[in-house]
Amino acid sequence: MVYKANIRPAWVVLIMLLLFTLAFTLVKTSDTPSSKTIQAEQEKPDKIDLSRFKNAAENEVCLKCHGQSKYTYENPESKKTVTKRMFAELVMNRDVFYVSNHREFKCTDCHSEDYSTFPHAGNLRMEAKANCIDCHGGDEKYAKFKFEQIESEFQASVHSEKHSEDFTCWMCHNAHTYKINARTNENLKETILYDNLICLNCHGDVKNYQLLTNKIKPNILQKHEWLPNQASHFTNVRCIECHARNEDTLVVAHHVVAKNQAVRKCEACHSKNSILYASLYKYQVSLKIQKEGFIKGLLMGETTTIGPDKSNRLNIISLVIFSLTILVIMIHAILRIKNK
Amino acid sequence: MNHENQRFYLYPVWIRIWHMVNALLCLILIITGLSIQFSNPGTMVKFSAAVSVHNIAGIILSISYALFFLGNLFTPNGAYYVIPVKGFITRLKKQFIYYTIGIFKKEDAPFPVNEESKFNPLQQVTYVVLMYGFVPVIVLTGWGLLYPEITVNSFVGFSGLDLTDLLHIFAGFTISIIMCVHVYFCTIGKSPVSNFISMINGYHESH
Ligand code: HEM
Repeated sequence: MVYKANIRPAWVVLIMLLLFTLAFTLVKTSDTPSSKTIQAEQEKPDKIDLSRFKNAAENEVCLKCHGQSKYTYENPESKKTVTKRMFAELVMNRDVFYVSNHREFKCTDCHSEDYSTFPHAGNLRMEAKANCIDCHGGDEKYAKFKFEQIESEFQASVHSEKHSEDFTCWMCHNAHTYKINARTNENLKETILYDNLICLNCHGDVKNYQLLTNKIKPNILQKHEWLPNQASHFTNVRCIECHARNEDTLVVAHHVVAKNQAVRKCEACHSKNSILYASLYKYQVSLKIQKEGFIKGLLMGETTTIGPDKSNRLNIISLVIFSLTILVIMIHAILRIKNK
Repeated sequence: MNHENQRFYLYPVWIRIWHMVNALLCLILIITGLSIQFSNPGTMVKFSAAVSVHNIAGIILSISYALFFLGNLFTPNGAYYVIPVKGFITRLKKQFIYYTIGIFKKEDAPFPVNEESKFNPLQQVTYVVLMYGFVPVIVLTGWGLLYPEITVNSFVGFSGLDLTDLLHIFAGFTISIIMCVHVYFCTIGKSPVSNFISMINGYHESH
């Protein structure tokens, strides 16, 4: 019996496509975290072990009132216990403070000792806030962070230019909550989210935006309508990639430029000399792709931006295969002509 | 030389039109694709222009591929793409030996072209792998890159978008290589240009 296959390959592809679509939808639906896992994450607040911090007991004197959204005191006149709401800006969350970079400090390292009396004296609120450079400037131990360069970049930025003294480091970095990120975090997405939320704190919230201006806050989504795949860009790069001048010597650029100077050319990122390698991917690149293992290293090489290929190995392999093909064709053609 | 000067009408009008459009689109896609891949400010085609042209050409290619697919699902031309399983490897070997040795000794082609079989075994696998393997892969991954929000986020630890990108580039590279070989093999005919003329007037000249 002669076996005669008579299935057109188009049918096979059609069936495979159907199966693929099915598998795809299954993967896609399991991709989004279910409400269950979100809930589980919310239910386990990391309790901080305060005994690990030598200043914790002393700080509790302040945090007794400033550690949550309400505080209680006894009114000396009426002898009544009064509970009041703490202004949101004055609440210091212990869970956030004790994982921040400044967790070892005591409140009175930066704030006046006079705060130890309650009610606090009125003139205390005129107390000057220290900026980053006030403590970190000229310190050998912090030289690698280049605080001086950050300060001068910041002074040249539109933020300083437009709002002079009113715009301080505090606008983006709260010393009570600041935690080093871009320099040490292996999770790129986290760094991106962290940094973008800093910008959105004002540029996405009119209440904060109008603290320094009476202008109407521009709609970010509308302003970026020209950007293809907006959502992808917003979750895969930081605002400062395009809106800050990158000096390459800093891990995080601080020279935020005016909107008409922002990067608008696709190939600034989507090219071999992508500016992303000087900033966003800097830490990742320095981690060495070799660590990822051979296959992942070879295939995923340094290709992090969609489009331009940074992987030289793949380029060389492709070129060799292509050249060999052309060579074989040429030899074949020459032999054919000779044998004519 | 038993088929001397025989002519067979093997390429219906729709195949010829499809093929013309397809070849043109592939050339455009390869040029723009390469300039996106190796983009550097100031060189080759302007990046944003290359991206736009690549996207539009890709969309037209998807439509033209769909027509090819449907055409070969329902018209008689699809029968030429059915690979008879039995003895296929042997026939593949025979054709391979013809291309590497026999052709230089002026032997007759082992599988002469006629109405029953338009493609020799080697041509057949190439076309099937190309048209039902690499082309659908490049079309699907292309759409996945055009609308990244529909692409799976991660796949066994890799970024879904990176994998899609890699697959797209791999398919593109392979199609480019096959295209070079394909065009060269088309010069093997009654005369070096007769196969190209076939693709214009529809008639295959036997030799
Ligand atoms: C400049 C580019 C190209 C030229 C000059 C060219 C030339 C030809 C010629 C002369 C034929 C008829 C000979 C034969 O049946 O083998 C043919 C057939 C074919 N070519 Fe091409 N080709 C080109 C590009 C492509 C590309 C890019 C593809 C697919 C991605 C392709 C797919 C096919 C297929 C599937 C057939 C068989 C069609 C049928 O009869 O059903 N070609 N080509």
